[in-house]
Amino acid sequence: MLELKAISKHFGRRLILDQLDLTVNDGEALAIVGPSGAGKTTLLRCISGLERIDAGQILLDGQTFDPYDNQDKDSVIGVVFQDFQLFPNLNVLDNITLAPILALKQTKDEAERQARALLERLALTGKEELYPYQLSGGQKQRVALARALAMKPKILCYDEPTSALDPDLRQEVEKLILGLKADGMTQIIVTHDLEFAENIADAVKHVDALPESK
Amino acid sequence: MDILATQWHYAWQIMPSLFDGVKMTLSLFFFTLIGAIPLGIIVGLGRASRFKPLRNILGIYVWIMRGTPLLLQLIFVFYGLPIIHIVFQRYDAALFAFIINYAAYFAEIFRGGLQSIDRGQYESAKVLRLTYWQTIKKIVLPQVMKIVLPSIGNEVINLVKDSSLVYVIGLGDLLRAGNVATARDVTLLPLLLVGIGYLLLTAVLTLIQRKVEQHYSYYK
Repeated sequence: MLELKAISKHFGRRLILDQLDLTVNDGEALAIVGPSGAGKTTLLRCISGLERIDAGQILLDGQTFDPYDNQDKDSVIGVVFQDFQLFPNLNVLDNITLAPILALKQTKDEAERQARALLERLALTGKEELYPYQLSGGQKQRVALARALAMKPKILCYDEPTSALDPDLRQEVEKLILGLKADGMTQIIVTHDLEFAENIADAVKHVDALPESK
Repeated sequence: MDILATQWHYAWQIMPSLFDGVKMTLSLFFFTLIGAIPLGIIVGLGRASRFKPLRNILGIYVWIMRGTPLLLQLIFVFYGLPIIHIVFQRYDAALFAFIINYAAYFAEIFRGGLQSIDRGQYESAKVLRLTYWQTIKKIVLPQVMKIVLPSIGNEVINLVKDSSLVYVIGLGDLLRAGNVATARDVTLLPLLLVGIGYLLLTAVLTLIQRKVEQHYSYYK
């Protein structure tokens, strides 16, 4: 269980998150919705350790947890970025196995076996040797998902998973998220698409833009 | 026919001294690259870092190196520094001056390359728990290399030609060998051969550059 207690975040003098509380239960899919500029992505970046919170507390399974400095290999927060951020110089297989080998100290064989299983599950078999530029948007997203899953994350975060894709791929993303939920994966999804949020989420958190001056 | 035969004969006579010159030119060239490229990468990383004092100090270094003639730097190292009791051998002086000069140019090229890498690449590496150096080595540098190759190629070809500046400190490179022969024998031929020598060297380098660029063309 992930708990955020009264967290705040400023950029310069601008307050983005003001004493925000949030609870994500294990195995739950939580959607974070709200207008653009409301701080949805900032919230996700605080949870995934890309931004340091200014105030408040984050607890993971009841323990104080600092995603920004966390190095514990058992509490990885995975992220699927809006623009995927695959490594263009590495093929699909290496994109997925790089971090398990370097960070989790898996052997190459172990990491590749796991990667191939993930690729099969995500209908990407046969794409192992391709480079990101050779993939479609939907395929890139699934590779990004496989890469995040290969780190055996405790929580998986998505930033606007439908925005960079064709509208008819939205259902595919829904299926992926629901499939992972069935496996017990805890997921946090930032989206501005309310219908999408309704379809996938057990809980929906609304974030509203704060007034400009504070 | 007679004239051609004499010229041919003369060319063969001076060839050994020209080859000695080529050896010096190539030796300066290779050792400068071996020193200047890694140093350039390190300075480039520093120039792109978030630590402002480091950025500024390296900025001054780059400014001095690019803002003054390489010829002045060579003279300064070999004839100037001994006055304050820093004495280099001729060859070491040349190598030292070339490495610190070329490292500055390479650093600026690498800085540009580093800054063109999307921040998101560092962020996705961070959430994947890669360390800074793992990220640089496996993700950033391979991409930077591809971006900077054309500019590096330019500098490398410049270096072949710039190496001729060492004649001012009395090193016997290709240009000096030709110059000596021309002055001694009052003929144009040595200088023409020197020109052909430089053209051959740069042609080979251009070919190598093309090969390396092809090697990096497996992704976009």
